[in-house]
Amino acid sequence: MAEKNRTFQKKTLRRVLRYIRPQMGFIGLNLLLSLLSVALTLYVPILIGRAIDAMVGAGRVDFGLLTNVLLTVGICVGATALLQWLGGVLNNRITFRTVQSLRQDAFEHLHTLPLKYLDAHSSGDILSRMIADVDTFADGLLLGFTQLFTGIVTILGTLIFMLTLSPLITLAVVVLTPLSLFVARFIATHTYEMFRLQSVTRGEQTAVLNEAVGDLKLIQAFSHGEATIARYDEINSRLQDCSLKATFFSSLVNPCTRFINSVVYAAVAAAGGFTVLAGGLTIGTLTSFLSYANQYTKPFNEISGVVTELENALACAGRIFEMMDEPPMTPDPVRPEEPAHPDGDFVMEDVSFSYDPARPLIEHLSLHAAPGQRIAIVGPTGCGKTTLINLLMRFYDVDAGRILLDGVETRDMTRASLRSRIGMVLQDTWLPAGTIREIIAFSRPEAEEAEIIAAAKAAHAHSFIRRLPEGYDTRIGEAGGSLSQGQQQLLCIARVMLALPPVLILDEATSSIDIMTEQRIQKAFTAMMAGRTSFIVAHRLSTIRNADLILVMNAGKVVEQGTHDSLLARGGAYAKLYHAQFEP
Amino acid sequence: MKRLVAWMTPYRKECVLGPLFKLLEALLELIVPLIIAQLVDRAIPSGDGGAVLRCGALLAALALVGLAASVTAQYFAARAAIGFSTSLRHAVFSHIHSLSFADLDRLGSATLVTRLTGDINQVQTGVNLGLRLLLRSPFVVFGAMIMAFTIDGRLALIFVGVIAVLFLIVFGIILGTMPMQRQIRTDTDAVSAVTRENLSGVRVVRAFRREAGETARFDRLNRVLTRAHLHAGRFTAALNPLTYVALNLAIVLLLRSGAVRVNAGSLTQGQVIALYNYMSQILVELVKLANLIVTLTKSAACARRVSELLEVSPSQQDGTREITPADLSSLTFRDVGIAYYASGDAALEHISFTALPGQTIGIIGGTGSGKSTLVNLIPRFYDHTSGEILFGDTPIRDLKIASLRQAIGVVPQRAALFQGTIRSNLLWGNPEATDQDLWNALEIAQAAEIVRGKPAGLEEPVQQGGRNFSGGQRQRLTIARALVRRPAILILDDSASALDYATDAALRRALREMDNPPLTFIVSQRTSSVRFADRILVLEDGLCVGQGTHAELLASCPVYREIHEASAGKEESVHG
Repeated sequence: MAEKNRTFQKKTLRRVLRYIRPQMGFIGLNLLLSLLSVALTLYVPILIGRAIDAMVGAGRVDFGLLTNVLLTVGICVGATALLQWLGGVLNNRITFRTVQSLRQDAFEHLHTLPLKYLDAHSSGDILSRMIADVDTFADGLLLGFTQLFTGIVTILGTLIFMLTLSPLITLAVVVLTPLSLFVARFIATHTYEMFRLQSVTRGEQTAVLNEAVGDLKLIQAFSHGEATIARYDEINSRLQDCSLKATFFSSLVNPCTRFINSVVYAAVAAAGGFTVLAGGLTIGTLTSFLSYANQYTKPFNEISGVVTELENALACAGRIFEMMDEPPMTPDPVRPEEPAHPDGDFVMEDVSFSYDPARPLIEHLSLHAAPGQRIAIVGPTGCGKTTLINLLMRFYDVDAGRILLDGVETRDMTRASLRSRIGMVLQDTWLPAGTIREIIAFSRPEAEEAEIIAAAKAAHAHSFIRRLPEGYDTRIGEAGGSLSQGQQQLLCIARVMLALPPVLILDEATSSIDIMTEQRIQKAFTAMMAGRTSFIVAHRLSTIRNADLILVMNAGKVVEQGTHDSLLARGGAYAKLYHAQFEP
Repeated sequence: MKRLVAWMTPYRKECVLGPLFKLLEALLELIVPLIIAQLVDRAIPSGDGGAVLRCGALLAALALVGLAASVTAQYFAARAAIGFSTSLRHAVFSHIHSLSFADLDRLGSATLVTRLTGDINQVQTGVNLGLRLLLRSPFVVFGAMIMAFTIDGRLALIFVGVIAVLFLIVFGIILGTMPMQRQIRTDTDAVSAVTRENLSGVRVVRAFRREAGETARFDRLNRVLTRAHLHAGRFTAALNPLTYVALNLAIVLLLRSGAVRVNAGSLTQGQVIALYNYMSQILVELVKLANLIVTLTKSAACARRVSELLEVSPSQQDGTREITPADLSSLTFRDVGIAYYASGDAALEHISFTALPGQTIGIIGGTGSGKSTLVNLIPRFYDHTSGEILFGDTPIRDLKIASLRQAIGVVPQRAALFQGTIRSNLLWGNPEATDQDLWNALEIAQAAEIVRGKPAGLEEPVQQGGRNFSGGQRQRLTIARALVRRPAILILDDSASALDYATDAALRRALREMDNPPLTFIVSQRTSSVRFADRILVLEDGLCVGQGTHAELLASCPVYREIHEASAGKEESVHG
């Protein structure tokens, strides 16, 4: 398991490196800059030690030397600062350019993924991969570059500087410092489980909260508040327990490493003191040593933090790559065919389809929609009308049989060509955020103003658009914003009106739309359908009665098909459904 | 804000002891440079190895005591912060259950969730860090300065100067980049919004072949976000170099002036080293303090928001009487009206009717005509603002709300089930219901067949929001839930919308055939659901424009006729 994990990490790392490659020049420069700035930073304590050695006591201060030394300190400090700043800016550039291209690739991949994948994965999950995971990855990368390299260089540099000053004291430091690394690691691994438990418990609590808040009115209607609060409190007290543990134990890292640093400091002071006594060291050098002892342990703590961050970043990158590795849709044919006459002649031949091989759904379905015909799809909610739309639009491919549009099998056309021939108005309206004009022109971005207005008028949407504060320039927020359900649907109709294709898929309104709007939608539908092959998910008896073909669906399957009269005569599912309307 | 302190009081002891132990640790740290000065000025010149060793041992002992003090402090801080947030969470969660529907509408559910999750967590972090660091960091910074004064008053002035400069740099950059950080968040939101849109609208995007256009839009926003990051990065990258320069220039100044004093004999070498060490301690703590202040500012904003929520006092006053059978002998609306906002237009006006047990009352009208508002007045979800609502002869406001609602079964428009099992959901209606009661309710609601179709029957798990059931199944189960309590009044608020005609009809028949059938209100947009009601109220723009039976209204009420024709009932004459 751990081994598998390791190879996975390695693979992820290689791919991350591929993304970083365009920034290689900057990375080299950055490494050089930090090497220089670390060297200068480490040189300063030595200089200060020399300065202190220049002031032994009253009347014994060498001002000439002191001034020289202090000037050098000033120059070093100025140069270090400049190098550090440049390094920081470079580092930002490397990180955020890498992240930008990663995100861009992920988004492009999104639109090559089959709907099968997108339907099976919650959009929250995909979203969190593309936003939150990429952000965590960026943080890890940023920290990794700044601190991992400088940390290691600082440790090595300090060691070298210390060795040149006194090998013996250096030994004392080297033996003691890794302790802090171990302690930090020890605490981190032991608190990991506590943090995991905390986040699981928090998730549990949020689930109860979401449910309760979402249906607070219902809880009140059923006076179920006390039971809900009791359930919440039970989780709350478990949360208190594991939060306390996680918070307390993780807050031990700092005191513990600080303690070890202090012990190292004490050891250096004592050992240094003895060496000075033995004449092997000046007071100034001891001072340099003491500041090294302080500095030296810091990168150890940072590195242990960085390693966690990097692992975390790698895990997040892994999640993004996992999504980007999802196989894309079957590619469009190399030499696509185009129907000679775009009439809207739809044929399904012996089509079988299922989402899950274990549960067959559509089996051996054949039907023919001749140009200009109206096909009504009838059935209770969840009867499978979405499945039919999925197949017509080729959001999903059939398992067996074939679908032909104007004599050409839809699999032999490009998806774009197929979809350009079909207009779709669904009841779950989806409008992008933007102005009314942009929303309508979604179907044909190059459309002229006059065409857009004509489409809106044909969709009976013009009158309400005109009454909006800024008319066609009014911005509508995400998911339709402040428009009513019916108004959103009128905009969807206008959108299709603008690019009237030969085949239509329409979804009739149910009860959530007020009557005046419903009538407008109905009128717009009638206008659109003239001379076009239309599939209508029908709720109105008049639509059903006037259809050329009725498909009665239930539980995902087409259970009956025929005309109104033939189906009534048959006395099956349709007849039952039809009579229910008038039953007392 | 002050209100929140109340939940802190049980942890008074922790709140005092935590910072106190933290101070102790800081104090020990401030002693360290003095010991080094001692080592340099006394122990080493005297050539006494024992004295050097004693200095080392003393440093180690200080470290150990410091560790003990700081572990104790961390414990108290964690205990106080988490105990506080736990009881606060309970208090807020209970509080929102006491709010009226009008309050909930005003607050919105997104607000409630953020207050109870992110906000309280942030307050917890603030309390925890505050207890640990708020005293410690300034204490070390100013402590070092004061220690410097005890060594040499003149040189200590350099400390005053450098603390001021460092303070300006650290806070200047952190506060100065805050608007840039906000910009980054806004830009991230935009990237995330376009992604969310493309996920939710993937079918439409592909149907209109707009993949390339949407990718270009994403690219644009993604670039803007990168630019914002790079812009902010240029400033934050300056923090370390600038403080480094300031601090080291101060050290240069300190050594130069110190040297003069040493030469004059008014300062020892060891004391210069001590001053140098104090200087080094300042920077680390100052950066910590700046970050702490940013965290605390955020926490304070969150605390204010939580506190505001707690200050919302329930706007409804409860009645005093339990409901009696006599009260349920009739329900009368006398010229009832309601305005949701004191200043706004009435959502409902001049509604009058009387309903008797067993009757079915249909309520019909377009969107926004006031149908739901009317039925929401019956369980007192909202308070009417004019006229009278009488149960028997008792005004609705005299009745205890809990007891009133116990007598009413509500099936809301949005069919919501809760995580658990079918049984646990049905028991909401009546915790004491037997299996027989549950099955009866299921039969009437046309839901028995759903439950029989599930392998675990009544014990079938229900996922969050009931998403493992279809809309129609959920709807029928919520109807069953309302029936389990054998309500005297049943309200179906457009509940049949997800049901097909056949199920809708079967449900209505089953309701009629119950023994002691409830007084049933059916809200609908289509005449087919209400045409068999004993009486139908036709609403338009908050007014009752017609009242009567289906036949009467067809003859007398143009609005009703229009609705009837629009809901495709034209064929009635042919097949009726």
